[in-house]
Amino acid sequence: MVTLIVNKQELQVDEGKTLLQVCLDNGIYIPNLCHIHGTDNPSASCRLCFVEIEGEDKPIPSCTVKVKDGIIAKTDTPSVRRLQRTAFKLLMSVHRVDCGHCPANKKCELQRIAKFLKVGLKPKYLELRLKETEVDESHPFLDYYPNRCVLCGKCIAVCKDKHGRAFLTFAKRGLDTVVSSYGETDANLPCSKCFACIRICPVGAITSKDSPRQT
Amino acid sequence: MIQENSLEEEKLILDDIASRLKAFGREREELIPILQMIQERHAYIAEDAIKMAAEYLGIAICEVYGVATFYNQFRFHPPGKNHIKVCLGTACHVRGGDIILENFERKLEIRDGETTPDREFSIERVACVGCCALAPVSVVNETVQGHMAPSKVEGLILGFKIEKEKAEREKKKSEPAQ
Repeated sequence: MVTLIVNKQELQVDEGKTLLQVCLDNGIYIPNLCHIHGTDNPSASCRLCFVEIEGEDKPIPSCTVKVKDGIIAKTDTPSVRRLQRTAFKLLMSVHRVDCGHCPANKKCELQRIAKFLKVGLKPKYLELRLKETEVDESHPFLDYYPNRCVLCGKCIAVCKDKHGRAFLTFAKRGLDTVVSSYGETDANLPCSKCFACIRICPVGAITSKDSPRQT
Repeated sequence: MIQENSLEEEKLILDDIASRLKAFGREREELIPILQMIQERHAYIAEDAIKMAAEYLGIAICEVYGVATFYNQFRFHPPGKNHIKVCLGTACHVRGGDIILENFERKLEIRDGETTPDREFSIERVACVGCCALAPVSVVNETVQGHMAPSKVEGLILGFKIEKEKAEREKKKSEPAQ
């Protein structure tokens, strides 16, 4: 057991967990998109779970910090919020905001984070840069919406974890990056029953061909 | 006819790749050297070549695709007869190189990295060809075209089309004589 202080609240937790996980477990919400429960190897790619820790000169992503005795962390300082709002606006600058037609509406992590950070879903001052393809229907069982995707990579990680190899991958790069199932057109894919990627997706970027409303 | 030709051509390419794959190990770190070999020998990586590489290394097809699309050096379309390189290096970028690229793309109705269906033209974006004083620069079939402008794009493409028509006319003329 280790003892740490988060937002002046003392927590007694097991060793080995990440600070983000501990906070979430104890009802302290920190915005996050790419965090997967129980992974030792965080991608730390969404840049949302910043906290300030006493003794560190800059905010750090809480998913990369293992808890240890004596950590004094704050999750709601102005510099943390500034980083989170900027990261969130950048994410929304490549996101098609069309919640009414999105299966993730009302359970979408982006909506939750926007509400939590008190920012709008439309990025002010940033140019909206959408991808040309609205939906990729090449997979036999799944549809993929590039303009909804936040590229957190959780679908790829969960697929690899479940099946030993990923049937999804990141393709291209920079602003063109997408999740792709290129070449995986075999009708015997486990995808017809698995749907782990749909369940883990925080934003509804992957839907099932059978029931497009399912998330 | 064209279809048959290209199918035959593709078979030759795949046979060549298959024979050369044996020189590589089967570890996943061999993936990029394999892709480079294919690109070097055939100037592009065909869909079936991706499948072949995946099968040889025992990794997912989509993983090979993910790696290959990450790097600019790999192309997925055969080069056209007239290969157009548009420079988007710093100097050309400042002088509007992206507008030149867009002009070529719109005129030929393809994106950068693609080839027209008749295999006449292909477009590639490059970063600096070493003559920044002439920015914006394009390289068309090894000829450097400096101070590019939208009108020059039209002129170049029109020139190639006229040349092609002329060659066809002459071919027709000479045929009955044979």
